Amino acid sequence: MEKEQLNIAVTGLNNTDNPGPGIPVIRGLRESDKIDPRIIGLAYENLEPGIYMKGLVDKTYQIPYPKIGSDIFLERIKYINDKEKLDVIIPNLDAELYTFIKAEKELSGLGIHTFLPTLEQFEERSKSNLYEFGQKYGIKVPFSKSVTSFLDIKNLVHEFDFPVLVKGKFYDAYLAYNLEQVIGYYNKLSSKWGLPVIVQEFIRGTEVNVVALGDGEGETIAAVPMRKQYITDKGKAWGGITIQDENLLKITRDLIRKTKWRGAMELEIIKTSGGQYYLIEINPRIPAWVYLAVAAGQNIPEALVLLALGRKLKPFNSYEVGKMFIRYSYDMIGDISQFEQLSMNGEL
Amino acid sequence: MKLKSNIAISENGFMFDPYTGDSYNLNNTGVEIIKHLKAGKTNEEILAELKQKYDVDDLSLEQNLYDFIAMLSHYDLLENA
Repeated sequence: MEKEQLNIAVTGLNNTDNPGPGIPVIRGLRESDKIDPRIIGLAYENLEPGIYMKGLVDKTYQIPYPKIGSDIFLERIKYINDKEKLDVIIPNLDAELYTFIKAEKELSGLGIHTFLPTLEQFEERSKSNLYEFGQKYGIKVPFSKSVTSFLDIKNLVHEFDFPVLVKGKFYDAYLAYNLEQVIGYYNKLSSKWGLPVIVQEFIRGTEVNVVALGDGEGETIAAVPMRKQYITDKGKAWGGITIQDENLLKITRDLIRKTKWRGAMELEIIKTSGGQYYLIEINPRIPAWVYLAVAAGQNIPEALVLLALGRKLKPFNSYEVGKMFIRYSYDMIGDISQFEQLSMNGEL
Repeated sequence: MKLKSNIAISENGFMFDPYTGDSYNLNNTGVEIIKHLKAGKTNEEILAELKQKYDVDDLSLEQNLYDFIAMLSHYDLLENA
C-alpha cells in the first residue's frame, strides 16, 4: 500500500531530562506504514534538542509562547502554514493545549487538522477539578483541594492528614510533611506555574500509567499500560515496562466511554497493596513515553493523525507485555551557524 | 497454593510478573519449587519430592519451603494469595 504524504507539525522537541513528547511522536510517525510524513518542528527555545537531531525533523520554525497572546501565536502558525501547507498539528505540551483547543475552528479553516479533547473535557479533568471529575465518573481520586491563598493553606489541617502532595497547575509535585513545607512548595509552584496550587491526599502504592487514545465517540482506539522502572529526580520515567493489567484497561475504557474522550491521554494511577486503583492525574495529551506503546504494537501517533483526518479506525486489540524502554542522554555536535539561522530567521 | 497463570519463568531462573512488571532471580532450588507449584502440587507433595532429592532435615526443609512460599505470597505471585 502506498503511504500517504502528509505535512505534520509537532511541538515538544525538548528531549531533555524532562522530555517533551515531540521526538517519540515523530519516531512513531516515521515508522508508520500508512503515512509518509514531512515533519515540521515547532520550537519555543533555540536549544530544544529535537531541532538538531538528524533524520527526525525536516524543518523547524520557532513559535512564540502562547502566553504572549493567541493572535500573535496564530499569526505565526498561519505564516508557517502558508509555507508548509500543514495537514495536521500535534501539540504536545500542557501549557499550549488550551490555545490550540480554542483555535481548533480557525485552524480547521486553514486546512489544519487537530485531534484534541473538547474544552469541557480539558477543563473538567484539570488538576483542580479532578476530585469532582472522579465523583462524576465513578473513579477513585485522592481527596484534593485547590489552594489560592495562605488562608486556604491554614485550613488544610482540618481536612488532610500529613503527608500531602503539593502540585503545580501544569507540572511538578512535592511531598509535604507539615504546613511549613506546604507553604514553601506553594510559593515555589505558584511563582513558576501560577494559581491554583493543588493539595492532594497522599496515597501509598505503586504508580502505573496508561497511554490511551479515544475517538471522541466513546471508543478506545488504543491503550497501553506501563510501570515506571527508573524515575528521575523530576519524577519522570527514565525506564519503564509494559504490563498486563486488565483492571487498568477496564478503568481506561470506562473513562473514555463515559467522557467520550477525544484525543490522546495519559492516566496516572496509584495501585495500592490492597489492589485499589486511585486516579491521580489525567494528562490530556500524548506522554513522552509513547514510543514504548509504538514498540509494543500500538502506533498511537499514527492513529491520532488518521483520526484527525477524519478516518474511521478499528481499535488496537493487543500489545506486547514486557516491552521495555530505557532512556539515555547523548551529546550531539551542532554548529553555531545552525543556532544563528534559528535565532536570526526563526527557522532552520 | 498455585502460581498465577501468566507468571513466566525461564530455565536460568529469571521470573517475570506481567501484572506488575517486576522480575526476580531464582536459584536452582527456587526454580524447582516454582515448577512444582506450576504443576499444581501441594506443599506436602513438594516437601516429599525435595526430601527425596536433598540431604536435609525435615525441620529446615519445611521452614525454608514455607518461607519461600510466604515470600511468593508477599510479592502477590500466588493465585489465592
